[in-house]
Amino acid sequence: MSMNREGRPTRPQDAEATSETFTGNRALMLEEPLLFEIGDATLTGVDLEAAPQAESRLGGLERNRPIGLAGLSEPETVRHYTRLSRQNYAIDLGLFPLGSCTMKHNPRLNEKVARMPGFADVHPLQPVDTVRGALEVINELAFWLIDLTGMDGVAMSPKAGAHGELCGILCIRAALEARGDAREVILVPESAHGTNPATAAFAGYRVENIPANADGRVDLEALKERLGKGGEGDCDVAGVMITNPNTCGLFERDMKAISDAVHEAGGFVYCDGANFNAIVGRVRPGDLGVDAMHINLHKTFSTPHGGGGPGSGPVVLSEALCPYGPIPFTAKTKDGVVHLVEEENAAEFDHNDSFGRMVAFHGQMGMFTRALAYMMSHGADGLKQVAEDAVLNANYVLRSLEDVLDAPFGKSGPCMHEALFSDKGLADGFSTLDIAKALIDEGYHPMTMYFPLVVHGAMLVEPTETESKAALDQFIGALRSVAARAKAGDKSLHAAPVHAPRRRLDETAAARKPVLVWREPEVAEAAE
Amino acid sequence: MARYFTEEHEWIDVEGESATVGITDYAQEQLGDIVFVEVPEAGTVVEKGGEVAVVESVKAASDVYSPVSGEVTEGNSALEDEPALVNSSPEEEGWFYRLTMSDSSELEGLMNEAAYKDYVDSL
Amino acid sequence: MRYLPLQPEDRAAMLAKIGAPDIDALFADVPEVARLDGPIHQLPDHASEMAVERALGAMARKNLTAGDAPFFLGCGAYKHHIPASVDHLIQRGEFLTAYTPYQPEIAQGTLQMLFEFQTQVARLFGTDIANASMYDGSTACGEAIVMARRITKRGRVLMSSGVHPHYVAVAKTMAKFTRDEIDHRDPALTAETDITALIAAIDDDTSCVVVQYPDILGRIDDMSALAEKAQAHKALLIAVVTEPVALGAIKAPGEMGADIVVGEGQSIGVGLNFGGPYVGLFACKEKYVRQMPGRLCGETTDAEGQRGYVLTLSTREQHIRREKATSNICTNSGLCALAFSIHMTLLGEKGLRDLAALNHAKAVKAAERLSEVPGVELVNDTFFNEFTLKLPSDAREAVRHLADREILAGVSLGRLFPHASELSNGIVVAVTEVATDADVEQLADGLASVTQNQREEVPA
Repeated sequence: MSMNREGRPTRPQDAEATSETFTGNRALMLEEPLLFEIGDATLTGVDLEAAPQAESRLGGLERNRPIGLAGLSEPETVRHYTRLSRQNYAIDLGLFPLGSCTMKHNPRLNEKVARMPGFADVHPLQPVDTVRGALEVINELAFWLIDLTGMDGVAMSPKAGAHGELCGILCIRAALEARGDAREVILVPESAHGTNPATAAFAGYRVENIPANADGRVDLEALKERLGKGGEGDCDVAGVMITNPNTCGLFERDMKAISDAVHEAGGFVYCDGANFNAIVGRVRPGDLGVDAMHINLHKTFSTPHGGGGPGSGPVVLSEALCPYGPIPFTAKTKDGVVHLVEEENAAEFDHNDSFGRMVAFHGQMGMFTRALAYMMSHGADGLKQVAEDAVLNANYVLRSLEDVLDAPFGKSGPCMHEALFSDKGLADGFSTLDIAKALIDEGYHPMTMYFPLVVHGAMLVEPTETESKAALDQFIGALRSVAARAKAGDKSLHAAPVHAPRRRLDETAAARKPVLVWREPEVAEAAE
Repeated sequence: MARYFTEEHEWIDVEGESATVGITDYAQEQLGDIVFVEVPEAGTVVEKGGEVAVVESVKAASDVYSPVSGEVTEGNSALEDEPALVNSSPEEEGWFYRLTMSDSSELEGLMNEAAYKDYVDSL
Repeated sequence: MRYLPLQPEDRAAMLAKIGAPDIDALFADVPEVARLDGPIHQLPDHASEMAVERALGAMARKNLTAGDAPFFLGCGAYKHHIPASVDHLIQRGEFLTAYTPYQPEIAQGTLQMLFEFQTQVARLFGTDIANASMYDGSTACGEAIVMARRITKRGRVLMSSGVHPHYVAVAKTMAKFTRDEIDHRDPALTAETDITALIAAIDDDTSCVVVQYPDILGRIDDMSALAEKAQAHKALLIAVVTEPVALGAIKAPGEMGADIVVGEGQSIGVGLNFGGPYVGLFACKEKYVRQMPGRLCGETTDAEGQRGYVLTLSTREQHIRREKATSNICTNSGLCALAFSIHMTLLGEKGLRDLAALNHAKAVKAAERLSEVPGVELVNDTFFNEFTLKLPSDAREAVRHLADREILAGVSLGRLFPHASELSNGIVVAVTEVATDADVEQLADGLASVTQNQREEVPA
């Protein structure tokens, strides 16, 4: 028998652990300095051909002073960003229950399609005959959006949800001005996304609140009373902005009656479509009397959030608002050819009343291709299933937690795609923030917190349809455990998170003396 | 010198025609850590109930309304560098602005210290 | 359906837990009139990955791809070579599928990247600070004008004729609601910009002056005197940069006194994408930070004293200030900002300067070659990688004829200014590092034959 006395030990040995390391790294949790601390002005990660000899035509405006940009070689660049990426939570890592944000799985087919050279490598101002396929994508997506919402037209160019809101409100404003009706007020429920009042104010409207009833929904009678103020034919309300399903995760039961009342008073109904995922393929907003609604392609139709954009916010419009939609838009004529309608040919397509242009070029093409791939993959049957599973998952979460967390509207019936809880019943000194940060240690991104404003210490959980029952059960277990600790007054919660790349950060210090760019240490000190 | 309070949680110290305005201890506690204060410049004419200053914490931005009408004589420039003064000394060093009142009868509807305390307790 | 993990038995078990008889019971709040009885009729049912890829591939093939033709289009969107590692890195799931970094403890990757991005943009533009990006250049420009109004409390905007007409259109749309008065004319096909006229027009009612640098015709002009005059009247100077690579060669607007510098960042790291998504750049002097729109990332420390980053000054934003927000912007362009930042890191100062020098030299040589074509005239004295040619006949026609020969010749001014017949013979030609000498020869030959044909068809 041969004996091998060399080699590594194969059983763990007893030893005291220390968390201190020379580098500050903790195994796979890697610290990464700032680019400007590791790179410099001479390093580069690209090889370029030498510039040919040519006379300068820069008019004596050469940039002679140092710019101060740091470069890295390619391997250093790849490592810098790979290491940074690992300090992020993401849907690819786990459930992302951020209410009102619809963090669903991002299919990779969409990424592949968006990168086809025929879409990714096409200039927006190429002659129209060389981009027929791109226009076809826009038109096809427009067709799906119109059909899914039961509306009459769609403005494709808005760059994100809030931009879409602005588009919708500008359409309303243009329609009112066209009939010589200068109304000044937009009504917004208190539970609305902050973008709603911000948008209305930006468009020059005065914002008034619509009261909610005890069920967490718009108070129809109060709304009617407000619309009637000023007497017959003298209403100052341009429109209402309503989120449906609303931000408490509830369907506005009276939506049709609300629309009818607003229309009767001569106003328009804007619907914030952020929560469309709950009803896609099952309910059409057009059947509820909506005049304009933006659709966040980065929510319902799975285009990636990318750490905060890019988004895309097409706005579907009712017949009454269509003529005012922004250019450019695409229209299909009877011969089946898709046309790009811009400033110059708007008359040809009977679109002279457009309120103007919202962006350069045609909108978020890269998001259109992704969203279309998603829609075609699901089809009408699959999209209906999306809404059903999203609502099922949310109700499952609601009913699995309501015995440990206060659910303010739990008694009023089922929720839609998100479940709302409050901080009521937590031990003294314990807040929603403690629960959120403790979830981080459990390996989850927290739910939306302190929104909507109408519920104290709100926690809004939106699981989406792309979570399995097993994934939900584990999340429910984690949240039950954390809630139990918060009710029992477990002070260790205040320290959470302790296992994340960073502990709680000092936002007060950041806001009092904002440091928004890196400065060389000596320059930074001199500025103190 | 007399001190009055508003329902919007401003305080005002009055001495003859001149007055000093700030926000109350209760207000700063509700707002949390103050990170930024914008005070009016000297010469600004303000109306009773008009927006005159802005106070921001990390999570909220609030408008400060002038308790009386008049012309601002001085904004507290110390708050520019040290907004935390509003937290540490809301009713003294953390004052917002001084003004010359144009109508001292406007003080009539305001609360005294005891009334304000009752008002806060009722919230 | 491959994206939905729930199985029939899961759904049954979950409904039982909820205490609902069927899924319809969960939709009980939907009014009768709006309940659909089945899938929406006109739409097809679900499709396999292969089928979807085929259908979209067929649409993609109907387009003439920039990489497959001699390509000379610019005017706000530029084709540059993007290093392979850029697209690889932005597709890491931790970047691609993350949300806005509202929970900083588990979003330091995105936040540190944004802090680096803000620093890169501020340095490129020669300003104190920059934000974490906007939707695109045109909306950044519109927001800058609104910001100037907030600062100066004035409503008269002087927009140079050299600003991209789409940017002007966006500003005019915004102005309908802010009631700003926008003073703008179409450009003239001359070597001189309108900077002298702008200087003369500034007065005490002026909120801001907006100039593009290099401008829509490719011209470059010193804005120092403009900045001085604006400052004397307490108006703001807003500079718009649609081709940021240029700033590797020419002075930054901040160095010449611009108060706000905005731009389109597509040219660095982001593909043409038929117009979007792109990335808006927004930078300004530090004193205006609280009037700035969009998200900002700032440095701070955590409970253990470790350096970290957070979104800051968010009281300016819509989710806190609601109707008093500086802007209604919510989503920005995070992933495109990441692509910009990675490409800029790969370039570094050396790479950016070399790339800019290469672009400029190629453009100068191309301009010389193209102005040898009979009847073709170079309009510019100054330019970076883009210049305007005056053809003997309608440039839009020429561009179409050349496209039939699979040459993407440039942007005709008739496309951008359809109402201005005096500009209709103009074409803006962009020459970046991707254009080869052979491409330029093809364009020269093509222009020669097209303009000759046109001259024969329509005698002047």
